[in-house]
Amino acid sequence: MIFYPLLSAVGQSLYSAESRLDENGFVVDREVFVGLENYAEIFVGAQSERFYNALANTTFFTVVSVALETVIGVAFALMMNRAFRGRAFLRAAVLVPWAIPTAVSGLLWRWMFQADGIVNALSGSQVLWTAEGMAAQAAVIIAEVWKTSPFIGLLVLAGLQIIPEEVYEAAKLDGASAWKQFWAITLPLVKPALMVAVLFRLLDALRMFDLPFVLVGPRKESVETLSILAWDSANQLQYGAASAFSIVLLLYVSVIVYMFVRLLGADIFQSDATRPQSSRRRRAVSPAPRPAAHHQEETR
Amino acid sequence: MSTVTQEVPAPPGRAPQISKAPHVRAGRRAQPARTLHGAAGVAAVVLIGVYCLAPFYWMLVSSLRRSGDIFDTTLLPSVFSVESYVKVFSGSSDFAHALVNSLIVAATTTALALVFAIFAAYAISRLNFRFKNVILAVIIATSMFPGISVVVPLLRLFSDIGWINTYQAMIVPSLSFAIPLAVYILTTFMKQLPFDLEEAAMMDGATKWQAFRKILLPLAAPGIFTTAILTFIQSWNEFIIALSMVNDPAVQTATVAISKFTGASEFQAPYGEQMAAGVIVTIPLVIMILIFQRRIVEGLTSGATK
Repeated sequence: MIFYPLLSAVGQSLYSAESRLDENGFVVDREVFVGLENYAEIFVGAQSERFYNALANTTFFTVVSVALETVIGVAFALMMNRAFRGRAFLRAAVLVPWAIPTAVSGLLWRWMFQADGIVNALSGSQVLWTAEGMAAQAAVIIAEVWKTSPFIGLLVLAGLQIIPEEVYEAAKLDGASAWKQFWAITLPLVKPALMVAVLFRLLDALRMFDLPFVLVGPRKESVETLSILAWDSANQLQYGAASAFSIVLLLYVSVIVYMFVRLLGADIFQSDATRPQSSRRRRAVSPAPRPAAHHQEETR
Repeated sequence: MSTVTQEVPAPPGRAPQISKAPHVRAGRRAQPARTLHGAAGVAAVVLIGVYCLAPFYWMLVSSLRRSGDIFDTTLLPSVFSVESYVKVFSGSSDFAHALVNSLIVAATTTALALVFAIFAAYAISRLNFRFKNVILAVIIATSMFPGISVVVPLLRLFSDIGWINTYQAMIVPSLSFAIPLAVYILTTFMKQLPFDLEEAAMMDGATKWQAFRKILLPLAAPGIFTTAILTFIQSWNEFIIALSMVNDPAVQTATVAISKFTGASEFQAPYGEQMAAGVIVTIPLVIMILIFQRRIVEGLTSGATK
């Protein structure tokens, strides 16, 4: 018990270390309050066009890339879960895109998306990927999806591996098709892991900065995200506007995360008191072996 | 993880039944069930392998071409050349220095974050105090901060106190992202360790500190190691903080240095050098992956399946 105060103080110090940052936010907030025009400018004033464009880009990138990543990630996880040979190889391969620094992956894709680069050579097209417009947006999304879907794949794979085999055998004996098994068994049972993965990805995609910054560049209308906009303002010493942008972004992220957790019930906090996901899992799993037992009864 | 397996115990008397229905079950027991065999299995492995590795391979191949044939699209360089690598280290970019800077920043961040995280994770997993879950929630919530909303206020503070172009200007903000990650992984890990051993030690007269240092720390060592790897990779890959806090090439980190590479000639971006530098920055991570892949996957997924 001697160390309880000390250790809790360490815990508390973590807490206050972070609220120190909040205080900085407050300082900035107050300054912005002094010149409330910053917010007015963002929403209705001179900056509004650029702001709404960045907001739309951020949202567009997040929705499209997270959706694609989820589909590809789940598909990879299903394949990896059933791959008989080469599991160690797959695990290492899947970690490579995840581990490459985003700045490096931005450069790498910039190189592949060159006018006379490998992507145009393979597809036989002459698209200017890294200029402005739809092509640049597509380039950012492709690079983002490449880098991050393996991460979703890994988390979902971990979720898949704890589904007991008996559940599938039972379903098969009851004549469920592979498709039906996926929708009725795999997806509900893997949902907790998938939700955590998607939530992490949402958070990351909403603050996207490195990739469009390196792949296409700052001050490009079609790929400017809120993070880039805030950075650019700070870079031009417009701290008031920059802080206002970043606070709006922070609020936007918080709202989306709150809605996500509320609507879909992702449990990232893993509090000791309430762990609804495990009880849900239990309920979903326990009836399943019964049909198998029942069937065995019949064959006997 | 354990809940599911415990929840579905093999009913007693099941084993004899298995032998009664050999074609349904016996074959399945021999190997992991529902695996993809033959062509389908190979196709899946190849598909995922190509998806993940092809861009990295292209970076590697491009870095080994001569600057003259950098735009070739052959699968192997016509002539292998380390020209780009020589340029990376000899040019004005001073890339070796940037690598050292990256190492200093990432290693310091990791070490400091680990010290904080070990105590915080111990407190959260072993001690009972009020607002424990609130503190954990706050720590995790800080990791969802967009980097930019930390950078902008700190940028001003650091210019006031003269921290711009210093290591600590990169390390301190990086900590506010490294600590939540480390606490999150370590707490999940420590919660899985049995309390019994420490309890037994304390019954034998060990103090809490001794139980912590002599029992829990050695037990938690693998988890601490995993946390260290993940935190290091995160700090090594950090971009926005290093980009904003530093504009002096002597202090900037490798990820920023790469993005600012300019070639000797004005007409063409130095793609060969960029690819070579990209390979150099990524190779340490790939080596870590090859050695520690199991641990990394464990650490990444510990939160998702608990």
